[in-house]
Formats: sequence, C-alpha cells, structure tokens
Amino acid sequence: MSPFSGGLATVAEVATATEASGLFTLTWLLVGLPLLGAAVLLLGGRRTDRWGHWLGVAMSGGSFVVAALLFFGLLGRAAEERTVTQHLFDWIAVGTFTVPFDLRVDQLSMTFVLLITGVGTLIHIYSVGYMSHDHDRRRFFAYLNLFVASMLLLVLANNYLLLYVGWEGVGLASYLLIGFWFVKDSAAVASKKAFVVNRVGDVGLSIAVMLMFVTFGSVAFDGVLTNAASASESQLTWIGLALLLAACGKSAQFPLQSWLLDAMEGPTPVSALIHAATMVTAGVYLIARSNAIFDAAPTAQTAVVIIGAITLLMGAVIGCAKDDIKKALAGSTMSQIGYMILAAGLGPVGYVFAIFHLVTHGFFKATMFLGAGSVMHGMNDNVNMRRYGGLRAVMVVTWITFMAGYFAILGIPPFAGFFSKDKIIEAAFSVNTLTGLVTLLGAGITAFYMTRLVAMTFFGKARWEDDAHPHESPGIMTGPIAVLAFLSTVGGFALAYGNGIEHWLEPVLGFKEPVIGIPVPALTAITLAVVLVGAALGWVLYARRSVPVVAPAGNLLTRAARADLYGDAFNEAVFMRPGQYLTRWLVWFDNRVVDGVVNGTAATIGGLSGRARRLQTGFTRSYALSMLGGAALVVFALVLVRL
Amino acid sequence: MNPSNYLYLSAILFSIGAVGVLVRRNAIVLFMCVELMLNASNLAFVSFARVHGNLDGQVIAFFVMVVAAAEVVVGLAIIMTIFRTRRSASVDEANLLKY
Repeated sequence: MSPFSGGLATVAEVATATEASGLFTLTWLLVGLPLLGAAVLLLGGRRTDRWGHWLGVAMSGGSFVVAALLFFGLLGRAAEERTVTQHLFDWIAVGTFTVPFDLRVDQLSMTFVLLITGVGTLIHIYSVGYMSHDHDRRRFFAYLNLFVASMLLLVLANNYLLLYVGWEGVGLASYLLIGFWFVKDSAAVASKKAFVVNRVGDVGLSIAVMLMFVTFGSVAFDGVLTNAASASESQLTWIGLALLLAACGKSAQFPLQSWLLDAMEGPTPVSALIHAATMVTAGVYLIARSNAIFDAAPTAQTAVVIIGAITLLMGAVIGCAKDDIKKALAGSTMSQIGYMILAAGLGPVGYVFAIFHLVTHGFFKATMFLGAGSVMHGMNDNVNMRRYGGLRAVMVVTWITFMAGYFAILGIPPFAGFFSKDKIIEAAFSVNTLTGLVTLLGAGITAFYMTRLVAMTFFGKARWEDDAHPHESPGIMTGPIAVLAFLSTVGGFALAYGNGIEHWLEPVLGFKEPVIGIPVPALTAITLAVVLVGAALGWVLYARRSVPVVAPAGNLLTRAARADLYGDAFNEAVFMRPGQYLTRWLVWFDNRVVDGVVNGTAATIGGLSGRARRLQTGFTRSYALSMLGGAALVVFALVLVRL
Repeated sequence: MNPSNYLYLSAILFSIGAVGVLVRRNAIVLFMCVELMLNASNLAFVSFARVHGNLDGQVIAFFVMVVAAAEVVVGLAIIMTIFRTRRSASVDEANLLKY
C-alpha cells in the first residue's frame, strides 16, 4: 500500500445498498429483454426470419432505454445512495450458505451497462445492413442478443457466483459468434481456440470464487469486499492472482492473448462487439470491481501492472506488422486493454482512468471496427490492406468517421482518447517511472501502427484487385458509425468535463489524484510529441512511399510480429504437442495394455477350451467308459472317506 | 440263505452289463446290457432291504423300474429312428455329435 498512502486518497468503500423500489424495479429488464430476444429468435426458428433482426435491435434498444432511465434515476440521488440492488429470487440455498439472484446497480455497473447497451445497440443496427445478404441473419441476431444479455448479467451481478454465470455466458456467445460461419474451417478452429483459451481463464475465476468462499464464507460483493481487511495479505494475493488469470483469459492479456487475433474469423460486427462493448472489457471490470482485494495485495497489483505492460507492448508490436486490417485492429485492442489492465493495477490512482479509457476505447474502437467492416463491404470482403489504398475518395463517410476514431486512439486533443490515455500515462508516471515510460512508448507505437493502417487503407495510390468496385455502404451502416464517431470526438471531453467521471466513479472505486514530478502540461506535451513522431514515421513509410502489393520479407521483428510474436508457436510447443503426445501414449496404453489384459484373458480361456473340446469324440462307448471310470472313482472315494 | 450271495450275483450281473455296454456295438444289445445293470442294482437294493429289515430298498427298486420303463420307451424310439436313417444300429457309426 505504501506507494499510494498519504495525500487526498479515498479508498473505495462498499456503499450500503438500498433495495430496489420505484423505477429501479425495472432493473431485471436490462438482462431480461435481450435474453427474451435471444430465446424468441432461437426457438422461433425460420418463422422469425423476416422480422427477427428488428426484434434483436428492439430488445437491445429497449435495454438501452431502461439503462438510460436508471442512469437518470441514479443521477437524481445523492452520491452515497447510488447503490441499488434488486433481489429476484434465491438461487442456491444450502444450509446457512445462500446465493441470491441479485442484481446490483451502482456507478460502476451503470457505466458498463450504458456502454454495453448503447454501443451494442448501434452494432445491432449496423449488423442489419452488414448481414443483409446472409441467409442466417436471424441466428446472428439471436447470438448478439445472447452476448449482450450475458455481458449485462456479468456486470450487474451482485455476487461472484452470478458474475461467473454471465462470464460463462459471454464465453459461450463469443464461441457461437466467432464460429458463426462454421462451415469455414478456419472459423470453426478459431471459435474452438477462443473457447479453450477462455476456459483456462475461467479456471482462475472458479479458483478465486472458491478461495473467497473459504476465506470469507461468502461470495457476495458485500460479504467479500467489505471484509477484505479481515483476511491476511497472502490470502488476498492468491485471490488477486486467480482473478488476474481470469481477467487475462477474457481480456486477451498475456499469456492468454492468442485467441483474440484468431477471433477475427467472425463477422466484423462481432469483432466490434467483442472489442468495444463486451467480452474483453470483462477482465477490466473484474479487477476494478475487486478493487478492495487488490488494494490490500500489492504483489497481485504488481503482477497486474506487469501483465498489462507486457500486453500493451506485445499488442502494439503485432499491430505494426499485420496486413489484415481486422488483425491490425485486434492487435490494437490487445494493446489498449493492456493500458486499462495496467491502470487498474496502479490502485486508486488508476481505477477510474482504466474505466474511463475503457469507455472511450469502446467508442473509438467500435467506430474503427465498424469502419473496417464498411471498407470490407465495399471491397468484396477483402481484408488485405495491401490491396486497399486511396479509398478516401470513394468512401467519404467511412473515411471521415474512421479518422475520428484514428485521432481518438492517438490521443490528439480534443478527441476522446486524449483525455483517458493521457490520464493513464500520468497515473503510471506517478507510481513508477518505468511503468510510465512503457505507456509512453506504447502511445508512440500506437500512433505508428494506426497511421500505417489509415495510410494503407485510405491514402496513397489505389492497389485494388481487378474485380473490386469500392462503394460507400448504405445509410443503415454509416449511421451507427457516424454516431460512434461523434462520441469518439466529444465523448472524452464530455466525461472529463469538471472531472465528471472521477466524481461519478469515486464512491465505488476510490480515487487518488496522481502526483508527478513535472507539471502535467509538460507531460502532455511530451506524450503528444512521442505520438506525433510515431505518426510521422508511419506517414513517411506508408503514405509517402508506395506500398508493395506483396508483403516484403521484413526484418526479424516484423516476421515475429506477423507470427503473433510466436504466441501460437509457444502454445503449440509447450501445451499442444505434449498434450497430443500424452493422449497418443494414453491411447496406446489403453489399446495395448488395458485391452491387452482383457483380450489376453479371453484368448487364453478360448484356447484352453479349444483344447478341452477335443475330449468330445462322438464315440459313444468312450463316454460310457468315462462314466464308468467316474462312477468307480466316486465309489472309491466314498470308501476311502468311510475308512 | 446267506444274503451276500444275492449281492455277489448282483455284482456279477452288473459287471456283465457294464462290460457289455463297453464292448458291444449294436445299440439294441447295448440297451439290453443297460437293463441288466439296472436290474442288478435292483437286486442289490432288494437284498439290502431284506438285510436291514426295512422297505427303503424295495421302494427305490420300484423307482428304478419306472425309470427303466421310461428309458426303454424313449431309447427304443431313438434307436428306431437312427436305424431308419442310417440303416445300421451301430453306436460307433452314430458319431456325428462331437467337437
């Protein structure tokens, strides 16, 4: 705790919750509406094909309306009364241990709910256009609704066990959506990979829940987080590390990052949903929600920061080398989530900014992913940026909106990312200079790869394939992008205005103003300078020079980054191959040794009885002789016994 | 008369029957030898009943007679059938039922 002590620190206290009444009795509708949509679309089958997608949009939109109502309801209350729980029913009751099915609305979950339902609804609307040629559009919307419902359950749960249900639901929905085009082998493999890697993280969460139960005798937020001080530091460290493992799985952090890049096999709106609104943000939520545990376990916090820093740089480096526009954006997501995880590991100076960056990232990453989808829509689903170029002339709306997302991720004022990312860098420098330098370097690399992406796609000479006829996407797709681009532009300023987001989240997460050695404007200037250097480098290399259509061999680092920094190779060598050898050996053992004993016994008995069979000669008088001999033996034995 | 003489006779008859079963091939003769063995044992039962002064042996002799009669009914029918199909009553030739 020492780095954070002193000053005007406020540590989060679990506010006393009030039971839902009035407006807040609608809370269950947040999860219920999308879940109903998914159920109707999945059970309704082909009958719902014609209007199914509009039902999906309506359910997600309805959830957003409820969220907005509840948000204004919360705003109308005093800061310390903004925690509302709704008891739906008792889920598990074993002796004295009960797990209620409770939803919890507070500042943190409300922030997530608004992001999930808001961005989620925009992605739903966009998907109506994007998937219009797909004959299975209804199934797609059913899964989208399921995804949103699971994520909402995850952030609204009032105990870790219920959170786990949402956590698994998110994993399932992502599996279904990544493998939506399951007839494609690569998509089927990618969905399986995402599921398996996520399962590794899920083990972490289940261990954490069990440890909580052992330590605190409860799995509820109120029971665990308020009593965190009563546990020893080592207990909390183990719980924190298990939670970190869980966060690594869902948020694609090192060493469980490998599924995210392959997850691009799903339709583009899915990537936008996974990266902006749901799924990868779950890990950040988990750590932020468990802030009381991490605050009391400095070792676990350090681990969180290290994981965040590694992933931040890994994602950025991978993003620099990918020619697939979606994979470059996926690398960028890894990197940005790394920023959030790092910030969440910094303690009270960072939690608020982690969530702030998560929200702005949701805006600009959704803008860019949907923009990338729009580009692909016009380019016959080609994802190779080396075959793009000069698209700004033919896709004006997509280009302008994409540039809003671009400036936002770079952190150019006044775009959204400037406010959140700058704060994270500031917080990182306030704790540790090395951490600060990593975030600064990450910002520079981010500027480089994003400039490369934008230059290769929208600027330079056209390198289109012969049959490509790029065109602007229909209004139903560009509309949601425009809204998101608007949010990417002003969202950061709006949330940061008057330190609004700090005051809003402080009661749940705690807050401490970062203190750094140099004036804040100086740090901002340094950050901007690093960003501009990165951007200029990208511009010189990829806009001023012509981009070859076939990727050049590249240096060692480029080749490594193209291979995802050998993450897959490592997993294959360390886990997959030994696993395969083990199973092969087990199959051999089963076939030869286990079956060998069984079959050997059968063969021995069969062989012996084959011999014994020869005694049946069919010669009647020999039977008579043996009967006589047997009878004589019996008599002899009787006489012997009698004697 | 000494009852052991009956037993000797019974043993001789039983042995003749047993040897007959083992050495003869004709099924009818075989059958007659079996009857000889059964009746030898009947003689032994009755003798023992006399020696012990109770009726157990005599009762069992009746049972044996009943079994022998039933056996003759079934056995002769089988032998008739075998003879009709194979034109021979030799037990050595009826050796199809084997391993």
